[in-house]
Amino acid sequence: MPEGPPAALGAPPVGETGEGQALLAAATRRRSTRRPLGVVFWICASWVALMAALAVFASLLHLTSPTAQNYSAVQVGPGVHHLFGTDDLGRDLLSRVIFGSRVSLVVGFAPIAVGLLVGGSLGLWAAFRGKAADAVVSAVSFTVLAYPALLAIIVIQAFWLPRALWKLVIIFSVIASALLFVVVRAAALSYVNREFVLAAKAMGARTHRILLRELLPNVVPATAAFALIGVATAIILEGSLAYLGLSVSLPTPSLGNLINEGTGQNLLQSDPWITLWPALYIFLLLIALNLMADRLRAAFDVGEGRL
Amino acid sequence: MLRFAATRLLRLVVIIFLVSVGTFFVVHLLPGDPTVAILGPNDTPSARAELLKQLGLNKGLLAQYGTWISNVVHGNLGASFLTKQTVANALGEAVPIDLELIVFSQVIAFVIAVPLAMVAALRPNRAFDQSATVTTFGLYGLPAFVIGPLLVLGLAVHGHVFPATGWTRLSQGLGSNLRSAFLPSLVLGLGSIAIYYRLLRADMISTLQEDFVVMARSKGLSTPYLMVRHVLRPSSLTLAAGAGINIGTLFTGAFVVEALFSLPGVAYILVQSIYSDDYLMVQGMALVAAVAFVVIIQLAEVVQLVLDPRIRRA
Repeated sequence: MPEGPPAALGAPPVGETGEGQALLAAATRRRSTRRPLGVVFWICASWVALMAALAVFASLLHLTSPTAQNYSAVQVGPGVHHLFGTDDLGRDLLSRVIFGSRVSLVVGFAPIAVGLLVGGSLGLWAAFRGKAADAVVSAVSFTVLAYPALLAIIVIQAFWLPRALWKLVIIFSVIASALLFVVVRAAALSYVNREFVLAAKAMGARTHRILLRELLPNVVPATAAFALIGVATAIILEGSLAYLGLSVSLPTPSLGNLINEGTGQNLLQSDPWITLWPALYIFLLLIALNLMADRLRAAFDVGEGRL
Repeated sequence: MLRFAATRLLRLVVIIFLVSVGTFFVVHLLPGDPTVAILGPNDTPSARAELLKQLGLNKGLLAQYGTWISNVVHGNLGASFLTKQTVANALGEAVPIDLELIVFSQVIAFVIAVPLAMVAALRPNRAFDQSATVTTFGLYGLPAFVIGPLLVLGLAVHGHVFPATGWTRLSQGLGSNLRSAFLPSLVLGLGSIAIYYRLLRADMISTLQEDFVVMARSKGLSTPYLMVRHVLRPSSLTLAAGAGINIGTLFTGAFVVEALFSLPGVAYILVQSIYSDDYLMVQGMALVAAVAFVVIIQLAEVVQLVLDPRIRRA
């Protein structure tokens, strides 16, 4: 995380000095002694990073192709040749889970990154500007959020054929931008009328400097915690879509459609591993993301109500 | 108060209007041609032109929206051009299933969450509280499509306690209806347990610090009586508000559960219609589901405002 927020509860927000370089330097020093996030956070972060690395470098891992069918090894349990076993078509489950996690991770992280960039900067700007600018952007984001997300995605996915990953990312990005706009705007609003912003204005700071140097560092904790929850929510939404058969087209594996495959045609009874591995994988991913968000909130005392 | 109600109502109308516009234009602006599905092999240019005219699809988009929305306002959601079943009719069959799922799931969630929160709040941060907090946190992170198959594996495939899939209608007997509804409702309600537990536990811990609780204790009231009769009610304001908003989101949560257990609810019909390019059905279903969501969320906000005047001032 860049630019830490205040050390302890009650400490002045970052940038609340405005009087001179000495004080600013003191504030910078205070920033570096912030309360650590704790072991749990870093274990979870490394776990997510490991999962991401596996997904990114999947093609370098000498895995069996996730779509290669091997009829001499159908529904083999976990073992030496196939660590996770194989499914009803003899496809390697380890490979399918790792390649399947690509879809979940892309749909989880890419839209949130876009959302942070677009929604986040609009949120800072709207909170600072207020008046008409704020009203217009707020109304747009409110309209997007008024629609139940899963339903909107189902309807769009239904008619925007052929289904592709990049289309999912676009749809999710719009929703994520609206959501993160609301979060960042709400967080920034509690700072826009503070003295240090006023001081920056009085010193003639340009808008982008106030947004980036005065407001941004203060909204980072709340936004980061919410963004992590957003990643988890996006992964759940993609999984739900895959379960309804409306995510990426087969035979591309995704964790959701793997679970779906495993529950059909009595496979749950004859070969529960097909469902269990992707279920375990997605569970560990989601738990890690949720725990990270939880630790962030605890460390920076972000009220749950604001999220 | 009247002014407050008026602005709320106006806001609701505006949102519903925007939702209807959104539904219509998403369905119509995206590529995809309904005539292909209807005509099938008889697809000639003249037959196609005739059909477009018959369906009113040859007019401008705004005119089409006008026709559709005025029909909807008059209670006519249109009919499937494949099966000729009206959208209203299809909804009439599907919605009760989702409603029963939601109601049943909330009953399960409250029955589990309320006693858990009571016991945990009595001794905060002790063993019971911590294990309950960790467990509900885990449940909250588990999406329905993960926990669902696991429960089916345990309770239906191996345990044979409940049917793995399918729906028995209420008209075929209450017992078998509840039996077929239990697993789906449990899966749907698991996430709510975590939310309700957290909200109620936090409020109960602060209520237990109040003077009247000390007074009640010193009168010699037993702890269970005290918790149920004196502490539960003042602690349930946030819970009531949180439950309202949660129930709104359950509507789409029920979609996944339906798919999981092959229940013929709203999502089932929606997905079926999507695969057969039945756009009027999709449009009607999506509109009704979205409006239901909006109305529930708005109602929940009003309930929250009525229960907790602090938010009204903010």
